[in-house]
Amino acid sequence: MYETATILAQPPAPGGPGDLKSYLPLILLFVLAGAFAVFSVVVAPLVGPRRYNKAKLDGYECGIEPSPQPVVGGGRVPVAYYLTAMLFILFDIEMVFLYPFAVTADALGVFGLVEIFLFIATVGFAYAYVWRRGGLDWS
Amino acid sequence: MSVLATLVTAAQPVPVPAPPAPAATITQPPISYPAIMPILIILGAACVGVLFEAFLPRHNRIAAQLVLSVLAILVAGWRLLSYADEMPETGTITLGRALAVDKPTLVLWATLLVLTIGALILMADRTVERGGYFVADAAVRPGTVQDRAQAGRGEMQTEVFPLALFALGGMMVFCAANDLLTMFIALEVLSLPLYLMCGLARRRRLLSQEAAVKYFLLGAFASAFFLYGLALLYGYAGSVQLSDIANAAAGTNRSETLLFGGLGLLVVGLLFKGSVGPFHTWTPDVYQGAPTPVTAFMGACTKIAAFGGILRVLSVGFGTTSWEWRGVLWGVAIASMVIGAVLGLTQTDVKRMVAYSSVAHAGFLLIGAIVLKPAGLSATLFYLVTYGFTTLATFGVIGLVRNADGEATHLSQWAGLAKRSPLVAGTMAFLLLALAGIPLTSGFVGKFVVFQAALSDGMAPLVVVAVLASAVAAFFYLRVIVLMYFSQPAEDGPTVTIPNLWTTGVLTVCVLVTLFLGIAPSLVLDWTSSGVFALQ
Repeated sequence: MYETATILAQPPAPGGPGDLKSYLPLILLFVLAGAFAVFSVVVAPLVGPRRYNKAKLDGYECGIEPSPQPVVGGGRVPVAYYLTAMLFILFDIEMVFLYPFAVTADALGVFGLVEIFLFIATVGFAYAYVWRRGGLDWS
Repeated sequence: MSVLATLVTAAQPVPVPAPPAPAATITQPPISYPAIMPILIILGAACVGVLFEAFLPRHNRIAAQLVLSVLAILVAGWRLLSYADEMPETGTITLGRALAVDKPTLVLWATLLVLTIGALILMADRTVERGGYFVADAAVRPGTVQDRAQAGRGEMQTEVFPLALFALGGMMVFCAANDLLTMFIALEVLSLPLYLMCGLARRRRLLSQEAAVKYFLLGAFASAFFLYGLALLYGYAGSVQLSDIANAAAGTNRSETLLFGGLGLLVVGLLFKGSVGPFHTWTPDVYQGAPTPVTAFMGACTKIAAFGGILRVLSVGFGTTSWEWRGVLWGVAIASMVIGAVLGLTQTDVKRMVAYSSVAHAGFLLIGAIVLKPAGLSATLFYLVTYGFTTLATFGVIGLVRNADGEATHLSQWAGLAKRSPLVAGTMAFLLLALAGIPLTSGFVGKFVVFQAALSDGMAPLVVVAVLASAVAAFFYLRVIVLMYFSQPAEDGPTVTIPNLWTTGVLTVCVLVTLFLGIAPSLVLDWTSSGVFALQ
């Protein structure tokens, strides 16, 4: 309580927490993003050619159409996707740790290198399990 | 203006970059490998277990997995014992203050290791249930043609062994975690394998899968509570270290809203894992649905790990503010004991009854945990040791009483069991007496030391409630004993399956420990009171 009151009473220090000017680039970015979206939607129909076909009505990058009846998998969305999704998450998480390692690799030295290879090995164990158990067979 | 200038500058081609500044040196935190070796062995063996699953032919897996897991636990135990001699009196804080290996940690680790060997041997038993307690292929939908086909195959999902080792590794880190983030990761590492193991039962697969989903959903909520509490505490103290939180709370005049909001949420997550009081709702369903050896593992080891964590958080992190929150945990302990004792009375399923008994026991344990003195710590640790062995054996025995449909867990099916199998009925009666806390069993000594510690800390009203609750709870334990000994067995009642030699050995050891700790508890009491938590 006291601390908040003290902060508000003082004039904001430049670049400090009370200095709202430092948020201006962020606000500008939001404005730009909004303007770009509006611009694309309004201008594209005006200047672009109009050729209608079936593919234009599909969901964009959304996988298999679930209705009325998907073609593959005997009329059902194949549940085997979940394995792919889980493998994807596995390697995605691995990447999340590899980037900060790569940035600081020289400071971390040999110890860091050994550790990151141990980490990759543990992810490799999971991968070997999925591979040997047929998780990658698409039948 | 300056912002536009920045944007313009950024858009221009960048001038020749200055040579990169020499990277900041990162000092590697000192690591005491001997101290953390048991954890490394267990988690490493779990990884090897995953490789076994990948590369060994199916018929070799169960033996290989069992040998690997038990061997790993024995080696870890050996490293633990040899480290116990060289450890400094105040414990070792290692890995950048993330883990604290001190006397209570060693007690908890040793207990967890021993109990997990027992649970693993129960899991590997394939004579009681033909083919094993676990389903051959858990991914097959229950009730389908493929499911009926696999029921006849004498195979089982051997992934339970690496999963159990991962859970054990998580529990060991959880007991030793000295900061809240490490504790959260450990909480997840111990929980996720358990969720899976709950859904792997060979019989009553829908019930088992329901238990797994319930445990997972409620557990995810509990983890979220824990994480939210952690975030608030970080906001308060600027650190996730337990000792830093204690220092921040001592002698400042800043608002305590964040501190107690954070503590409340954090404690909800912890109490959930320990199946305490009003956060127990998952316990009966999961204990009932999970394969019985997994229930034994959960009932014994998860309780120990959870209370190990609760003890450390409360005494290291919040010891300085105890007079503010202790009243709330008084209420939680009373609620837990009353819920466990009263709802246990109404149960008709043996596994659910023992689940409610574990809720009542969690209340007793919480009394010890809020004493916050060496006496309370030692009493709670002792109680955990006794409770772990008794629970493991209780579920081991429950798994033996079967009829054609699998385990006969309905209480009416246990009528007259003593006439069919005096040995199993006698063992069960002894274990139930231990759970009730009758003298000459370890349960009595456990309750006695906890109540004594609570009395010495001025918690007499709580002790009175606890004694009343154990009197109520004793009624439903005694009801089972009366049922087994003084009722006529039904014509088509269940029979007792003779387990293999290893399972018999585990049950015998657990029963002997229960008896031994009831007669001569001083050996283990000396051990549990040999040291306190490392404060740093």
